[in-house]
Amino acid sequence: MQIALDIASWTLLIAGGAFVFTGGLGALRMPDFYTRMHAASLTDSLGTILVLFGIALQAGVSLAALKLITITLFLLLTSPTAAYALANAARLSGVNPEHVVATNEQR
Amino acid sequence: MVVLFGLFLLTLLVITALGIVNADNLFAAVMLMGIFSLQMAAIFFVLDAADVALTEAAVGAGVATMLLLGALALTKDKEKRRRRRRWPAIVIVTVTTLMMIYATFDMPRLGDPQAPVHQHVAPWYLSETPKVIDIPNVVTAILASFRGYDTLGEVFVIFTAGVGVMFILANGSGNGRRTMVPSADSTGLRHHLVPRVVGRLLVPFIVLFGLYVQFHGEYGPGGGFQAGALISAGLILYALVEGEKEALRAIPLSVLVGMIAFGAFLFGAVGVVGMLFGGNFLDYSVLLSNPVAGQHLGIMLVELGVGITVTGVLLTIFHTIAARRKDH
Amino acid sequence: MYYAVTIAILATMALALARALLGPTVYDRVLAVNMFGTKTVLLLSVIAFLYGRQDFLDLALAYALINFISTLAVLKFVQDYALRYREQDTGS
Repeated sequence: MQIALDIASWTLLIAGGAFVFTGGLGALRMPDFYTRMHAASLTDSLGTILVLFGIALQAGVSLAALKLITITLFLLLTSPTAAYALANAARLSGVNPEHVVATNEQR
Repeated sequence: MVVLFGLFLLTLLVITALGIVNADNLFAAVMLMGIFSLQMAAIFFVLDAADVALTEAAVGAGVATMLLLGALALTKDKEKRRRRRRWPAIVIVTVTTLMMIYATFDMPRLGDPQAPVHQHVAPWYLSETPKVIDIPNVVTAILASFRGYDTLGEVFVIFTAGVGVMFILANGSGNGRRTMVPSADSTGLRHHLVPRVVGRLLVPFIVLFGLYVQFHGEYGPGGGFQAGALISAGLILYALVEGEKEALRAIPLSVLVGMIAFGAFLFGAVGVVGMLFGGNFLDYSVLLSNPVAGQHLGIMLVELGVGITVTGVLLTIFHTIAARRKDH
Repeated sequence: MYYAVTIAILATMALALARALLGPTVYDRVLAVNMFGTKTVLLLSVIAFLYGRQDFLDLALAYALINFISTLAVLKFVQDYALRYREQDTGS
């Protein structure tokens, strides 16, 4: 049972770490603000869930696991909201996407 | 291995500091200051100083960034072009840094068990706290009871800061309250539905968490300063999503000013009551018949005073800066 | 086990810092600060478990709160600023 929990934890943590790092790489190397936003915010939420659940499996049934689940819920609620607010603010102040793929003339 | 993490974070810190100094655009500098605070908090955490990390996060990364932005909104966003050369400043800074590094050669290594602080100071506090005060968090015991004078001084410094900001920045001569009229763009994020809904949902939980940190300070990381910063951050969130007018209707400025004064007064009053009961100033053991229970009561009241003052001051500064328009 | 995740998180923090230093517009920098804050929350949770001190998770929760509020505050001030000056908001 402990081995199964350890393997599950390992998998979740490694996957979470990989996603988090990918998000960071995307935020640095993507060409345009909106693509960076996309990379950063998606991987934030997913990486958070994976890493925190990986740790929570190690904690067993305890107050620490409850706190971790609270943090996860909170981050899940606020991280997309912050991303939306940021993208909205950028759009409203005129930051335009660089490569517009399809326009009306191309129909 | 953890030392390597600490060193890596310190390297990032130096890079951030260089970035802040080099930034021409002040918005960029403020954002980098926010990152600086987060890095400091992470370093404090790696060094196992939880209370300080919590305070640094709550105050530095949260409220200080907002206040800096508020101040920035009153000025230009580009640094003034420097006419003079920077070489004298760089030379002085380099010489001072080298002197300080040389001075650290005499200090004991980090975590050295033979250091004087680990031989004399720490064991005394660790042995006295269970006997005299009997709470698990020794940091709170030192802060609130053994070194209560210093904390009293800190509360009065915060009180003075709040009063000073109100004097300097409030609009008009004595018309402060009347000219805090909301203008068109002080409706906050009212027209943005998603942040408004999520913000309104979260404000009660944030305030509740702040109260938890306040009263849990004796058993885990927490205490008055952190709780004050968290509660004021929650109420600032309410002011952000609903607008200044609604926030000032919910908690008027007179209540905030009352809170500033009441918190500091409570702290001083606990000290004076200790004297009236026959002990020294800020001696909590005489407050109740059982000395340990007296210490608990004293610490709780004192931390409550700190929390109330910090909340009042941070909210007052926020409202004063946010309500002030540049064209006045 | 936790060391690998900590290294990944620290590397991401360095990348976010690079974006904050580079980002041409101010919104890039806000993005970087938000990301840095979330990674700090993760770092704190992992290190709290590394140290075995599980009551330090309160700090991670407080950071998550502060990060969110700080991002919204920055956006509101930037919007007010842009509204007041009615120009394209590009920093340097």
